[in-house]
Amino acid sequence: MRSKNRYGYLFVSPFFIVFAIFGIYPILLSLYMSFTDFKGVGSPYDANFVGLQQYARLLGDKYFLQAFVNTWKIWGVNIVLQLSIALILSVIFSDIRLKIKGMNFFRAVFYLPNLITVSSVALLFLFILDWQHGALNSMLLKYGLISKPINWLGQPATAQLSVSLIQTWLWFGHTFIIVFAGIQGISKDYFEAAMIDGANRSQTFFKVTLPLLRPIMLYVVITSLIGGLQLFEIPFLMSQNGLGGPEGSLVTMVLYLFNQAFKYRNFGYAAAVAYGLFIIILGFSMIVFKGMFKEEV
Amino acid sequence: MNKTNFFKGILYAFLILLSIICLVPFAMMLINATRSNTEIVRGFTLIPGNSLVDNYKNMMYHMNVTDGRFTGIWLGFKNSFIIAASVTVLSGYFSALTAYGFYAYDFKGKKVLFMLILIMMMIPSQLGLLGFFELNKSLKLLNTYIPLIVPSIATPFTVFFMRQYLVSTMHPALIEAARVDGAGEISIFHKIILPMMLPAIATMSIFAFIGAWNNYLVPLIIIFSPEKYPLPVLMGYLKGGKVAENLGSMYLAISMSVIPIIIAFAVFSKYIISSISAGSVKE
Repeated sequence: MRSKNRYGYLFVSPFFIVFAIFGIYPILLSLYMSFTDFKGVGSPYDANFVGLQQYARLLGDKYFLQAFVNTWKIWGVNIVLQLSIALILSVIFSDIRLKIKGMNFFRAVFYLPNLITVSSVALLFLFILDWQHGALNSMLLKYGLISKPINWLGQPATAQLSVSLIQTWLWFGHTFIIVFAGIQGISKDYFEAAMIDGANRSQTFFKVTLPLLRPIMLYVVITSLIGGLQLFEIPFLMSQNGLGGPEGSLVTMVLYLFNQAFKYRNFGYAAAVAYGLFIIILGFSMIVFKGMFKEEV
Repeated sequence: MNKTNFFKGILYAFLILLSIICLVPFAMMLINATRSNTEIVRGFTLIPGNSLVDNYKNMMYHMNVTDGRFTGIWLGFKNSFIIAASVTVLSGYFSALTAYGFYAYDFKGKKVLFMLILIMMMIPSQLGLLGFFELNKSLKLLNTYIPLIVPSIATPFTVFFMRQYLVSTMHPALIEAARVDGAGEISIFHKIILPMMLPAIATMSIFAFIGAWNNYLVPLIIIFSPEKYPLPVLMGYLKGGKVAENLGSMYLAISMSVIPIIIAFAVFSKYIISSISAGSVKE
């Protein structure tokens, strides 16, 4: 019996061999690169060791700061909209008294954008939002909703808003499915008790549903934060030459990392940006985690 | 009663409006794929044009030869399919194997190794991106599919999901019975466990396939030759090229990259949606 346990090693070893080579080693190599002035030529191990110099540069880099602010603005608008829509939809579909029909259909339609290749989505909206020939401006002009074309991607504010709305469009269906599953998981007793006590719809929502949904909301916010702070494809493909749109308003942190490495060949600095981003994600995930569970501790 | 009906009417209107917002970009895309460049420039209409064939011919003409190399859209499909199918098979098989290793045996360091999987699930993928690029450069694997396919042997979330599945559905007595019958450990896994895990493997396979099909950043940095591009990278590459000069052809190319996913979703939608909610609530 005991000898059988050797097979455990055999069964998990392919995973851990590949994991060590393609998962862990690259992370450690990135860390080493962040302490060098590696320029992408030859081996990173031959580059000059510069200690914490790249991190010092990162702290004083106003372009990274701008990328940080851009990323938060785009993510912030998106998460508020996405969660609000998901909550409204979940409440509508879970209300026993309303009996709204066609949930499977609506749910499938709302989720569809999430499955589409993000690069295709970016290109599609690039052409739809085009200033002169884009389908959106053409349609708005045709029905008289605007009198002259709006340069959606040509101004910082509308460019950022466009990306936020595309992100919302991509993700609200996914969030709805998760939040709705969370509501389904709440025992019916709570709702019945609230009804017997004479609570109306909004009281039930704010005093019963929302507090009980906290773990699910936490899951949604943290996963969205981790993904949102790594936003890359849409800003990259929707800006000229991937450089980040009008006045750099679409430069996100990962886009900045990508350009530092693959456009300007500053691999050492880009690796420091990657670790900086990692620390930011870790820090904010912990803040969100603590913030949302504060009252229970 | 009337008041409730009125309220319900508003809610249905809201739901339908939201559905339209979800579908309109796809409709614009499909309609414009059938219209000529001049028609698109003149303005938007909901009526399809009759330039679908011309758009296709123009798209193929400009895609087929770039620097003397073949870069047709069908090649992009083939490349994406090779990558996504390999990833699906490798991650399905090896995740099941790893999950079973953790479930069925007690070995030294098991807890530490499983903890490592949990930690890796939470590390953002871009952290190792530059190291990954340099590693493949030094192994001379750039511009090959190996960096896109082989790492899927180690997919932490899938292992985690499958171990949960084994814990909740499998009975240890089953393995004991097979051992008493004289079956070897490796054949127990292949003949008994693997078939039993098929529902979990199928669920994860859908996501593995779609994830690999849609992957953009990693192939963007690893693959240089247009004839090796998977579909998403090919689409980005078209943006700056001759195809994009004809808007109808560009909308058609985007439509072609999107339609397979829409069809797959139409077939598997119930399955996909129930897997998302199951996966998130368990955590």
